[in-house]
Amino acid sequence: MKMLSSQKRNSISYKKWGYIFLVPFFVVYTVFSLIPLFSTVYYSFFENYMSGLKQIGPNYVGIENYKTILLETDLPKYAFNTIFIWLLGFIPQIVVAMILAIWFTSLKIKLRFTGFFKTVIYMPNLIMAAAFAMLFWALFSDIGPINNLLVAMGYERISFLQNVAGTRGLVALMNFLMWFGNTTIILMAGIMGIDNSILEAAQIDGASTWRTFWDVTIPSIKPILVYVLITSLIGGLQMFDVPQILTNSSGGPNRTSMTMIMYLNKHLFSKNFGLAGALSVILFIVTAILSVIIYRNLTEREPKPVKLKGGEH
Amino acid sequence: MPVDKANRVLRYVILILLSVLCLFSFYILIVNSTRLHSQIQKGFSILPDNFFTRNLNNVLANKEVPVVKGIINSLFVAGASALLATYFSALTAFSIHIYEFRFKKLVFTFIMMIMMIPAQVSALGFLRWMSSLNMLDSLVPLFLPSVASPIVFYFMYSYMQSNLPKAVIEASRMDGASEFRTFNRVVIPIMKPALAVQAIFTFVGSWNNYFIPSLLLRSKEKKTMPILVAQLRSADYLKFDMGQVYTLIFLAIIPIIVIYILLSKYIVRGVAVGSVKE
Repeated sequence: MKMLSSQKRNSISYKKWGYIFLVPFFVVYTVFSLIPLFSTVYYSFFENYMSGLKQIGPNYVGIENYKTILLETDLPKYAFNTIFIWLLGFIPQIVVAMILAIWFTSLKIKLRFTGFFKTVIYMPNLIMAAAFAMLFWALFSDIGPINNLLVAMGYERISFLQNVAGTRGLVALMNFLMWFGNTTIILMAGIMGIDNSILEAAQIDGASTWRTFWDVTIPSIKPILVYVLITSLIGGLQMFDVPQILTNSSGGPNRTSMTMIMYLNKHLFSKNFGLAGALSVILFIVTAILSVIIYRNLTEREPKPVKLKGGEH
Repeated sequence: MPVDKANRVLRYVILILLSVLCLFSFYILIVNSTRLHSQIQKGFSILPDNFFTRNLNNVLANKEVPVVKGIINSLFVAGASALLATYFSALTAFSIHIYEFRFKKLVFTFIMMIMMIPAQVSALGFLRWMSSLNMLDSLVPLFLPSVASPIVFYFMYSYMQSNLPKAVIEASRMDGASEFRTFNRVVIPIMKPALAVQAIFTFVGSWNNYFIPSLLLRSKEKKTMPILVAQLRSADYLKFDMGQVYTLIFLAIIPIIVIYILLSKYIVRGVAVGSVKE
């Protein structure tokens, strides 16, 4: 009896430490993230901008800012640009990463030097996007090395940053280079986690490599594919550094490579707080919805057992 | 068999092409940082020259880009972020992993939910709040928020689940250690591999961070490397010395590449572990 009560006292005093150790995280999160988030929402309901040197507002205007940003600005165009450029990089990224992940993990293919290749293709992910964009601008400018190389090979110069496809293509190429190695490694981890007996069963059943890929590999790594897709989409919505620096914040030509965060940045710089607030809240809601999907996906208990058509297992 | 062999060759060719694509731009960066402006203007070169020191001296002497200050600021912010993020994320994960308390599940769910919220969506509130706290143009708001790093927390939590048995904590308690001492003396050493990997990722992320610093920092002597690099773009480039441009980009990128070459094995392994729940 005595022991029991002392145990109980102990567990209570331990419990206290559980709370104490959470304090730094929550204090800092509240100060640097939660308060800013709530005040952003708050500002989104006020008319508040600079007209010349004169400050207009803050006046409470309800959802006027939301109406303005959605209906009267070019936000839809910038949303399209963002998604378009993201897809232009993401589609080759997921295809190449999937092929490489299968090559690197296949016991049948048995490639050599995989460690070296993985190291090389992951490297661009760690490079400062601002410097990478600056480097690409220098390389692809009208008088840069790439054009010099084209001329030396007998081709005409291409003004990459003066045409839509050139600019969007360069941003997508940089996104591809920065992320396909990362995606390859994540997909490899997923593929290596597949129960070998399932793959063997498929082979014994005489399933072709192609069939095994679609009927076993893809369903088994579906949670990881969802994770890659959604995290990449969230990252894509935040696209900023590369197009901002490549186009010198103009989003040119003719704002065809202006992304949503570049637009937000513009409003923040010109102290258009009402519209910046409304745009932030819209982006927050979209990101939050996508995050819920990831959370569900990550916390799903057991992956559902894969059913093989006609298989024994 | 010949088909198999042809396939094999094809695979290596594709891998080599992708590797070249990844390395080409950095190779040209290194080459051009060793060439003078006049040489770069004249044409493309695949071979380096030997003017790197001249370019470096020009960059160091350029008052428009205080690069030494920039490197120091970036090292300080990235280093502090890495320390704070790893230590406090381990502490938060320790709380959730070891203790039983009422709101544990709720706290865990909350941290998972906020994991993906980007800094950009609350940048407006952040800037105005920092301005009212008199912290605009200060480096503090760039590293202090790292104390609450949900992604690092999640990594630490996953690592603890497979590497930190509760019996170890019980044993330390039997020895009469306080909870805080147990964390510092027993848990931290066990967590070393995880701390190292996450320290690298946080350091790199912070070193490369551009959006928030560009809105926050005003004065020249506070600027971090990404801002100095980005400034080159808005400078009138025809008047600018391209040798200096390449050299400055070189200085912004090379420290990370060196770290990567030294630690690539752990970093590449860390990517996989961090993203996929075991």
